[in-house]
Amino acid sequence: MAEQTFELIVIGAGPGGYVAAIRAAQLGLNVALVEKRASLGGVCLNEGCIPSKALLESSEHFFRARHEFAEHGIEVGEAQLNLGQMMERKQAIIKKLTGGIAGLMKKNKISTFQGEAELQAADRVRIKSDSGETELQGKSILLATGSEAIELPHLPFDGEKIINARDALSLSEVPKRLLVVGGGVIGLEMGSVWSRLGAEVTVVEMLPQILPQSDPQLAQMLQRSLKKQGLAILLETRLESIEQIDEGIQAKLSNEKGEQQLVCDKILVATGRRAQSKGLGLENVGLKTNKQGQLEVDEDFQTEVAGIYAIGDLVPGPMLAHKASDEGVVFAERLVGQKPSINYQHIPAVTYTWPEVASVGRSEAGLKADQIPYQAGKFYFAASGRALCNGTSDGFIKVLASPEGGRILGVHIVGPHASELIAEATTVISFGGSVQDLAVTSHAHPTLAEALKEAALAAAGEAIHG
Amino acid sequence: MDIIVPQVGESIVEAEIGQWFKQDGEQVEKDELLLELETEKINVELNADASGKLSILVQEGETVKIGALIGRIDESAAGAEPAEKTEPAVEETVEEKAEGKQGRPETKQAAVTAEPSEPASDQEQPPMNPAVAKLAAERNIDLSTIKGSGRGGRILVDDLPEAGKQPEPAGKAEPETPQPTESSASETGKKDLQDERVERVPMTQIRKKIASRLLKARQETAMLTTFNEIDMSRVISLRNSHKAAFEKKHGVPLGFMSFFVKACAEALKEFAAVNAQIDGDDILYHHYYDIGVAVGSKRGLVVPVIRDADRLHFDDIEKTIRDFAARADSGKLSLDDLTGGTFTISNGGIYGSVLSTPLLNPPQSAILGMHAIQDRAVVVDGEIAIRPMMNIALSYDHRIIDGKEAVSFLKQIKTYIEDPEQMLLEM
Repeated sequence: MAEQTFELIVIGAGPGGYVAAIRAAQLGLNVALVEKRASLGGVCLNEGCIPSKALLESSEHFFRARHEFAEHGIEVGEAQLNLGQMMERKQAIIKKLTGGIAGLMKKNKISTFQGEAELQAADRVRIKSDSGETELQGKSILLATGSEAIELPHLPFDGEKIINARDALSLSEVPKRLLVVGGGVIGLEMGSVWSRLGAEVTVVEMLPQILPQSDPQLAQMLQRSLKKQGLAILLETRLESIEQIDEGIQAKLSNEKGEQQLVCDKILVATGRRAQSKGLGLENVGLKTNKQGQLEVDEDFQTEVAGIYAIGDLVPGPMLAHKASDEGVVFAERLVGQKPSINYQHIPAVTYTWPEVASVGRSEAGLKADQIPYQAGKFYFAASGRALCNGTSDGFIKVLASPEGGRILGVHIVGPHASELIAEATTVISFGGSVQDLAVTSHAHPTLAEALKEAALAAAGEAIHG
Repeated sequence: MDIIVPQVGESIVEAEIGQWFKQDGEQVEKDELLLELETEKINVELNADASGKLSILVQEGETVKIGALIGRIDESAAGAEPAEKTEPAVEETVEEKAEGKQGRPETKQAAVTAEPSEPASDQEQPPMNPAVAKLAAERNIDLSTIKGSGRGGRILVDDLPEAGKQPEPAGKAEPETPQPTESSASETGKKDLQDERVERVPMTQIRKKIASRLLKARQETAMLTTFNEIDMSRVISLRNSHKAAFEKKHGVPLGFMSFFVKACAEALKEFAAVNAQIDGDDILYHHYYDIGVAVGSKRGLVVPVIRDADRLHFDDIEKTIRDFAARADSGKLSLDDLTGGTFTISNGGIYGSVLSTPLLNPPQSAILGMHAIQDRAVVVDGEIAIRPMMNIALSYDHRIIDGKEAVSFLKQIKTYIEDPEQMLLEM
């Protein structure tokens, strides 16, 4: 059994792990990266963020060709779907990006190992793969194994009828009727994809709003828009049981008003994700997870066991790829004595539906709960010249600012390209910027970004076009 | 009067009642916010057109057509209950949610402006650029002592003092007693420029590079220096007797440097650690002897490397050094010329230095310092004699070179220079 020694061993090559590995290597450490998949990039690149965005983009083009081209004066006849080509394109993007990460590992002289890692001691990892076993010795070990989809006890995944988000990215044909359990980010994104491609999609959500973490006004606006696109959304509704019948799967749904039956062909369960630490050998080093299955860490991301660190979905906080990457960088820098830190209030969250939903900073509800005075300013894309030209004028931007200094506390966007617009808001907030800072910053015209400036001005009661 | 769903936009035919901000039966004032209407494009806030008692006809969440009647204000009831009008209802609902209980208006108002709880960090910290927090933590700077130069007093990265320096307390620094320290210079930068007693010039890129390399050498190694002295009389007489012939044959004058390069190459073979370097947790021993020679040029100090110095003849070494000096002045040294040395020789003697500690050139582990030759009274065979003497110094990284090795290496150099025949005959 060969044994090699490293200054840092990173377990998991997702957006947390591979970024931490690169940063540590840049800072002069001798780094090993262990990944159980054949390709690097984790869930994000292989079966999450990236493939879903590829399909969202493709399906949006299809939707537009069918429903919106005519309005622009473009006649293309009946648009035809070639799902195989759409999937091939998605696959090519994954291949390109995961290959790119492999290249980055080489460039940074990071030793990569393929196999399942198990902690043997606080400084030792055993890697099992098809080609055998090997052990690595590491001064520090970073756990970045991410998360997995939660399975419902009465609806075990079978990859056919009862599917998870990963399966939903690779269906070989458009299901006629798709039931989505869970009105969160993943459920709505995947529901949107298959709805645009022709499926009859019904989303059931137990809570009184979709995107339960989001501002209720954003959620309502999105819900209205999704409804218009053809998705049925049932709030405060739960899936009680399913039964296989001739016409498909009969799902029994219940809410306050009573029960109803719904027949569908597939059920996508997207009720959330949980930290993935099974098989990692935590028990061998005396590490215990909290109730949510996560590892508690200190500001250096060190677990209760000295020398073992954890980041990303494995530790508390929002389960976001960029949160994991940010933590990876901060972890590596702190490991060598630098002193960066993360302000978790300044991490943006995005839902890539149509319209997109994006938020950063404090929520209105949170400010109210903490009794922090604020002023809200809104700007509707319906008043944005660029949005009207684009034919995408659903939605608005809401800016929450302190009434005294005008400091921007939160920005919430539902609308076209919210995912990109949130970047400016994030920059302003992380610089401690104010309404006045945005007011004196020139915004190109006509752009969607002008809407942020207008919303900020509205918070100060000084909107030009509001 | 009737409350009607207004015309919102061209293509909008219906709206949803988003939220009533007033209760059914509540007294409302003219222009007070009544409700929010939601449409597929925008949300619209409706204010009361008159004062009176509100009756709500359509509940929240229901969809209504443009022009539909959704409520009424009974104007005859205006002013009936003036006591309740002082506190706008919209704020009340907000506060009730926040407090989770009812309270008198005065106390609610106070609660809103009270100290915020958890997110105090963001509220109380002065606005600053995001990198400031990181740098301040790394340099141990108390941000409350920093005066920000950005908009609204925002602390910018440029406002932070250099590593290892604390800022002058604000409001000090009288112009009568300017302190010539660097920290006061950086604090009162612009003023200094005006009074012309201090000139502020930005460091050139090469100076910055030198500065950071030198600092790194000090901070990241365990550097020690050992000294010795050399009686140069034998090597001087050897040089004098062969100088003319050497120059005639090879076209370059014979200097002392070639003797030292040669002596170092031979001594490095005997003391492998001095020619080694640390790489992570390993030591790299070099089986070649690439010796850097510090050359002062018009463009600053550069250290070109003489490759495989142990295999070169004296004339090759002298020619290489001359070539380096010429190219350093004209700026034609390539990066290849300057990188990869395993050991360095620095000659402070050409500027008259009698004794100094050279600074390591990482990742190398040792550097030899040569100095000026001085006639000094020394004891030779029990007699006081005048001899041309040179002090030599070896700075070394104690992490991989032991004191004994360093001292012995330096003593070997002394032996080779004092008795050059031994070296030339490779004994």
